[in-house]
Amino acid sequence: MPRPDWLRQLRSKDVPADDATMWVKCPSCGEVLYRKDLEANLSVCSKCDYHFRMHAYDRINSLVDDDFIEIGETILPGDPLGWVDKRPYPQKLAKDREKSRLSEAVVTGFATLDGFPVALGVMDFNFRGGTMGTVVGERITNLLEEARKRSLPCIIFTASGGARMEEGMLALMQMAKTTHAVQRFMNDGNFYMTVLTDPTTGGVSASFAFQADVVIAEARASIGFAGRRVIEQTIRQKLPENFQTAEFLLEKGAVDMVVARPAIRDTLVRMLDYAVDRKRIAPALKAVPEFALQ
Amino acid sequence: MNVIVEREKGPLQELETRIAALRERGGAGPPADVAVLEAKYRALLEDLFGNLTPWERVNMARHPKRPIASDYLAALDQLDELHGDRHFRDDPAIVGGFAKLRGRRVMVLAQQKGRDTKENIRRNFGMVSPEGYRKAKRLIELATRFGLPIVSFVDTSGADPGIASEEHAQSEAIAACLTALAKATVPVVAAIVGEGGSGGALAIAMADTVIMAENAVYSVASPEGCAAILWGDSARAPEAAERLKLTSRDLHGFGIVDRVVEEPLGGAQRDAARFVERMLDAIDEELRRLEDRSGSELLDARYAKFRRIGAWQEAAQPAAAVVP
Repeated sequence: MPRPDWLRQLRSKDVPADDATMWVKCPSCGEVLYRKDLEANLSVCSKCDYHFRMHAYDRINSLVDDDFIEIGETILPGDPLGWVDKRPYPQKLAKDREKSRLSEAVVTGFATLDGFPVALGVMDFNFRGGTMGTVVGERITNLLEEARKRSLPCIIFTASGGARMEEGMLALMQMAKTTHAVQRFMNDGNFYMTVLTDPTTGGVSASFAFQADVVIAEARASIGFAGRRVIEQTIRQKLPENFQTAEFLLEKGAVDMVVARPAIRDTLVRMLDYAVDRKRIAPALKAVPEFALQ
Repeated sequence: MNVIVEREKGPLQELETRIAALRERGGAGPPADVAVLEAKYRALLEDLFGNLTPWERVNMARHPKRPIASDYLAALDQLDELHGDRHFRDDPAIVGGFAKLRGRRVMVLAQQKGRDTKENIRRNFGMVSPEGYRKAKRLIELATRFGLPIVSFVDTSGADPGIASEEHAQSEAIAACLTALAKATVPVVAAIVGEGGSGGALAIAMADTVIMAENAVYSVASPEGCAAILWGDSARAPEAAERLKLTSRDLHGFGIVDRVVEEPLGGAQRDAARFVERMLDAIDEELRRLEDRSGSELLDARYAKFRRIGAWQEAAQPAAAVVP
C-alpha cells in the first residue's frame, strides 16, 4: 500500500536540493557526506559512526513495514500562561513548526513492525528541544490509551530537554499524566518499550522514558536527569567525557541495552517476538481499520 | 540575599523592639502607647507584605525561619521513622515513616531542609538523591499494603543534580516513585509547604489532594535557572518568577493545587506554631474527605484528575504548517 501523500511530502529527502543542503559535514570527524548517502545510512556517519539527530518522520520511515497511521495530530498547543520572553510563545511555536516541519515535539500513530501491529510514538528534538508541554503529554497519553483499548504493544522513542518552561507547571504535570497512562497500559499486561535517543533528560527521562518493560538506549545518546551544565555548575568541576552517555548508563545498570541505530528496528522486532503473543494481538489488526485492509 | 529578610529589618524591627520593651515594663507606661504602636506595626506589616510579587513569595518560601519539615513532623501525635532504600544508603534529605496525625495512622514522607549550615549539609539542602526516592517508593508500597493514607510534605529546590545521583539513575528513581503513587490504593495528600522544585517535588506530590501554603512556590524550573536559559542572566530571576506562574493562587486557578492554606501577614514564620497546626488541620480534613473511598475509586479519580490537566486545543484539521 502506498504511503499517504502528506507523509511522503514530509520526508526530508524531498526537500529541494541545493549545494548547501546536498552536503553535510560530520560534526564529529569532519567528513563531508553526501546527504542522500547519509540518509540512506539512517543519518549515521559512514566514516566515524556519529549518530546525527533524526527527524521524527525519517525515524518512522526507517522502522515501519509500510503505512504509518498518525493519530493525535489534531491535538495542538495553546498558550496557557500568555508567555513572553524575547518573543511571545505562539511566535516561537510558529518558528518551530517551520523549522521542524512538525506540529509538535512528538508524532504518534499505529504501524506494523515485521508484521507486529504496534502503537508508535517518536519525539523530535527539532521542535522546542523536544520539550514536554501539554500537547506532548496529551499525545503520549492518547497513544497509550488507544494502544490499551486494542491491546497493542507500545514503543516510544524519546528525545527531550525536559518539561517545557513556556507552559510552566502545566508542563510539569504531564509527568503525572503520562505516568498514569503508562501504569494503566502496563497493568493490563501490555508490552511497553522505550528507545532513549539523544538527548533524553529532565521530566521525560523521569517519567515515561524510564517506566518501560524494556529500556533501550541508542548508541552514544546523552541521557540523564539534570543537564550537564547544571551539574558542572553545581559541583564546579569538569565532568568525564562519557558521563551520561548511553554506554555509561549501561555500565551503571540503568538501561537494558545500547543499540546502534541500524540495528534498532531488528532489536525491537526480537523483543516483540519474546514478549508478545501474536495471537493475543491479532484482534488488534481488526480494531485499526487501515490494518484490516492489508 | 533574601528580599523578605531584608525587608524585616529597619522600621519593622524597630517597632517590634519598642513594643516588646513597652510590654516588658508591664503596667508602667500608658497602655494606649502600646495600642498605638501595635496599630502602626500592623499597618506597616500590611504595607510591607500585603501584596507580594511572585519573586517575593519565592523569597518567602526560602525564608531561613520558615517552618520546615521537622516542625510539621514534631507536631504530629507520633512518628516512627523508617530508614533506607534497602540497597545502598539512607538519604537524610527525605524523612519517612509511620505516624499518627490527629489520631489517624498515616505514612509520612517529608523533604527535609536544615536549619543551619551543618544540618543543611547533612540534609543536602533538602535535595533528594535516588536513594531517597527509592526509600519513598518503598514506604508508599508499604503504606498501600496496610491501607495507611500517605501524607507528604514538599520542600525542595529540586532533585539532587550531582554525579552520584546520575550514576544511581535519578531519572529512574523519580519515575519509579511516580509509578508507586499511581498504583497506591490509599488516599494521598501532599502539602507544598516551602519550595516545590520541579520533578524532584512532584515525585512525592502526585496526590489526590494537593494543599499549598499561601506563600509556598511550585515551579517547573527555578526562577534563576529559567532566567539563565532565557536571557543568559540568572539575575533576572524576578522576571522569570513572574512568568512561571508559580504562586499558590496561580496554581489553584490551573487546578494543579486543590486547596490553599492562608499564612499570617508577613509569612508563616511570624506565627510558625499556629501555622503548622493550621496546615495539619487542613491535611486532616482532606484525609477525612477521602477516607471512605475504595482503592479503585481513588485510582480512577486520580487518573481523571491528572488526565484533565493541560491546555491543548483540538483542531478539526492537522496544523497547516505540517503539510508544506
